Amino acid sequence: MAERTIVLKGGRVIDPSQGIDQVVDLLLVDGAVAELGTDIQAGGDAEVRDVSGLVVAPGLIDLHVHLRQPGGEHKETITSGAWSAVVGGFTAVCAMPNTEPPIDDPAAVGYVAAQGRRAGAARVYPVGAVSVGQKGERLALVGEMVDAGAVAISDDGRPVSDSGLMRLALQYTDTFGIPVASHCEDLSLSRNGSMHEGIVATRLGITGIPSAAEEAMLARDLLLAQLTGGRLHVQHVSTRYGAELIRNAKARGVQVTAEATPHHFTLTHEAVIGYRTDAKVNPPLRPADDMEAIREGLRDGTLDCIATDHAPHHYDEKEQAFEDAPFGLVGLETALGLGITELVEKGVLGLSELVERMSTAPARAFNLPGGSLRVGAPADVTAFDPAEQWTVDPERFVSKSRNTPFTGRQLKGRARLTVVGGRVVWDADQGLDHARQQARKNA
Amino acid sequence: MPPNTALGKDLVGLESLTADQLRAILDTAEAFKEISERQIKKVPVLRGKTIVNAFFEPSTRTRVSFEFAEKRLSADTVNIASSGSSVVKGETLVDTARNLEAMRIDMVVMRHGSSGSAQFLAERIPSNVINAGDGRHEHPTQALLDMLTIRDHVGRLEGVKVCIVGDILHSRVARSNIFGLRTLGAEVGVCGPRTLLPAAIEEMGVKVFARIEEAIEWADVLNVLRLQLERMQAGYVPSLREYNRVFGLTRERVQAAPGELLVLHPGPMNRGVEIDSDVADGPQSVILDQVTNGVAVRMAVLYLLAGGEPEKAEAAKVDGAHG
Ligand SMILES: [Zn+2]
Repeated sequence: MAERTIVLKGGRVIDPSQGIDQVVDLLLVDGAVAELGTDIQAGGDAEVRDVSGLVVAPGLIDLHVHLRQPGGEHKETITSGAWSAVVGGFTAVCAMPNTEPPIDDPAAVGYVAAQGRRAGAARVYPVGAVSVGQKGERLALVGEMVDAGAVAISDDGRPVSDSGLMRLALQYTDTFGIPVASHCEDLSLSRNGSMHEGIVATRLGITGIPSAAEEAMLARDLLLAQLTGGRLHVQHVSTRYGAELIRNAKARGVQVTAEATPHHFTLTHEAVIGYRTDAKVNPPLRPADDMEAIREGLRDGTLDCIATDHAPHHYDEKEQAFEDAPFGLVGLETALGLGITELVEKGVLGLSELVERMSTAPARAFNLPGGSLRVGAPADVTAFDPAEQWTVDPERFVSKSRNTPFTGRQLKGRARLTVVGGRVVWDADQGLDHARQQARKNA
Repeated sequence: MPPNTALGKDLVGLESLTADQLRAILDTAEAFKEISERQIKKVPVLRGKTIVNAFFEPSTRTRVSFEFAEKRLSADTVNIASSGSSVVKGETLVDTARNLEAMRIDMVVMRHGSSGSAQFLAERIPSNVINAGDGRHEHPTQALLDMLTIRDHVGRLEGVKVCIVGDILHSRVARSNIFGLRTLGAEVGVCGPRTLLPAAIEEMGVKVFARIEEAIEWADVLNVLRLQLERMQAGYVPSLREYNRVFGLTRERVQAAPGELLVLHPGPMNRGVEIDSDVADGPQSVILDQVTNGVAVRMAVLYLLAGGEPEKAEAAKVDGAHG
């Protein structure tokens, strides 16, 4: 590969991994960070970008996306998801294994990784299934999946009910140094439920999912992590006592990381009123008190990361009676704006802390390259305008799906330039056309 | 289609109705009641209007009551009754809505197993939509006829203490009654096994009674809900016999009431389970009045949604002119 040089000039570089927040130039050479310095002069063929007025951050990393391929290509493909990611400012995403068939062996993991590379947008890291066929019976081929590129295993979409199997998973992954990412849900408590169990569900006549369905399983997983010494990553924490359980476990030294989603720190179960299926998500949107607790958990670091749980669905799948519609909403293209609008603007996090929760901490949780602008780190960079005002219009999404509860919402903050491996893959000044065309390839 | 009727375009539920709107329906129903007493039970109020009764769940009672109401107002009616057949299961609500819209009908009366289905339909078609029961959400005309029956017998709704007994969790009748009665100033209680009371029910502004004896002590009116057999099969209550023993409305319990007690039941009854025969057929029971009032209330709703004015209901009975 010919030496490729990019200079990002005049931006406000925020790199929580080095405690940097200052206006400085960033030099990227050959896919790696080469220098941070004032007034960097590059050679004649260097690509020089003026990023003054923008925040220059290590590329955002989303630990939780559903790219639907194989089996759900009408909702999203690995390619369309990877392009949706870079438009949202993400340079890497972790693809959950609950596809059809599930990603439960090295061949399937290799397929996801290869499709991700072909997409040529965000890095796509496969997450393998905990059990064969996601059936919750026998451990999947964890070691071989790691060799093929899996960065974690997860039961997302099909929670492991068998505590013995969860214990084995937490023990067995120890050899490979990867975490077990857990979607905590006691199915016997959540069965038939479609939204949070509370006054809104009662008024609407919708079967509820109690907070305890999440918390009971979370408590189990934390105890098993403590028992085994394994690494647990808790996905999409949505309740006050869930956050409290994690805070507690961390204080005891349990190896646990956790994520929260933009929808859980922004919306409450009242978003469902009117039977709005775009607000149907699992775990469900909770009451305001829980939402406040999620913000508090992100503030004090109990919840390490922000992850989207990007879950695309075709429009007619959501155009149904509430209880018949599937769970999930798309999040890649709204996450940064929601983080700035709901957390930074409202004083929950500083900008540097937001970058930490969306880049540095996720990289650490899953041992991924990136999350830092240290010399030698991958040249994965997101430049965003924290002051840009925009309105969410799903028609403009690069994702194949439009299922968002944020339609029409005014947001502040948007990615302007996304660089992956030293290559500019998203440039807002060029408009959406290129990303859209690329997103529809390899489908 | 008149968008600005006294009730708006649709009757999806009672939660969104004001006290004035609820009173307008009840007063109009009162005026229409007399038609059912006539030799020729027909007035030309809805002549030329087409109404589809789309029942995607079996319900003889409600459908027949609506049909009587429609025919007595001279509407043209068509029934799409599909008792949970696979054909209906396969058709999505969207397709149902599109098909109904293509028929260019004036009004749709829909019963559907999914909560929110009535609103779903109302948002997608220009016809007036009347909810005849959507899942566990609302069954507004049932609650209206319950309220009319209570008002007939007690003379008012303000301050009347009404306790709904039984499976509140799965009951659209309970929800509509709670919304409507509270808006009109009644006090509402609920009583049933805790497994069949929905979460946070107190936040709907109702009193909760653990024991039927306490409920009877407090209430002026008991509205006794049917206990579906499936609830026992699903484990909400251990047995029907035990349910009758703990929550059943027996003669002894009714006789222990401190004052006069009115007993309603939306039907169909499980005699010997939630209500004993001597109560169902006894002096406190107004169950047959409910059936009569059902037709009058549905006539009132149809009339008002078709653009009729509440004050002109008396005149409309004669000449069918409603603007
Ligand atoms: Zn999940």
